[in-house]
Amino acid sequence: MALSAARLTVGESRTEVVLDNLTRTRIVMYAGASGDYNPLHTDEVYVTKVAGYRTVFAHGMLTMGATGKVLTDWVGDGRLTKYSVRFVDVVCPGDTLTTTATVEAVHGEKRLADFTVTTVNQDGKPVVAGRATARLDP
Amino acid sequence: MSFYRFPVEATHILMFARAIGDENPVYTDPGSPAAAEFGGAIAPPTFTMASAQFDPEYALRPMAGQAWFGSGKEPSGAEIGDTGWLHAEQHFEYHRPFVAGEVLTATEYAGEKWAKKSNRGGTLEFEERRIDYHSAETGEVVVTARFVYVLPSRAAAQD
Repeated sequence: MALSAARLTVGESRTEVVLDNLTRTRIVMYAGASGDYNPLHTDEVYVTKVAGYRTVFAHGMLTMGATGKVLTDWVGDGRLTKYSVRFVDVVCPGDTLTTTATVEAVHGEKRLADFTVTTVNQDGKPVVAGRATARLDP
Repeated sequence: MSFYRFPVEATHILMFARAIGDENPVYTDPGSPAAAEFGGAIAPPTFTMASAQFDPEYALRPMAGQAWFGSGKEPSGAEIGDTGWLHAEQHFEYHRPFVAGEVLTATEYAGEKWAKKSNRGGTLEFEERRIDYHSAETGEVVVTARFVYVLPSRAAAQD
């Protein structure tokens, strides 16, 4: 898929629900695929009795991965050159996450576009915030 | 520093893509036209996290013959050194897409350490590490990943 500078406008954004009513099963799927089996994410007994949290919470990288879908659906496959996030708050089973990506800058001569990306939960509270850069076609 | 091989496999990419809720055929279907453009299923942007499966020293995987801190019917009582650290930031730089069938190498470096006061009066410790992923075939750098971890003070963590 081609992506030219002319097709992006600074300030333009896209918003999409990326995880709807997050299930414990999905957290288990992420643990299995990523290899991060930290019991904090899947083991309610450990989390409540040993670690002292209210409930299990998702891997931050599950949220970063889900958030990336809005970027890659927009810019096309294999075009990101940078992608960074800060993990701002925990994501727990039952949460619904909505991501907004916004064009921050278009560097026509360098053929790059910069985006900001924010994912919020069902209460509108940010859970991750970050930036990405994508490669453009001439 | 640790160093290990990371074979990139189509089934692994499929499982990872399903887990993050992005079933784009370029990731999940090596026979799709989208994947064919790259010569195979490409990996989603955060897929290099899954190299942990191949890290022989990875602490967050149960190892045969070693105590594991996850529960059975009741808490195991086992402890490992790294528990309590949370992921604070993640940064990737992508030099090119990579596809199922390639072999990458992962070279991990320890980074900076620092501390700062939390808003709630405790101390937050931070630690950074970096993994460079190279093509095992050509040696070219494919992805660099920078991780920032935080160890919250217990008081802050319980809020």
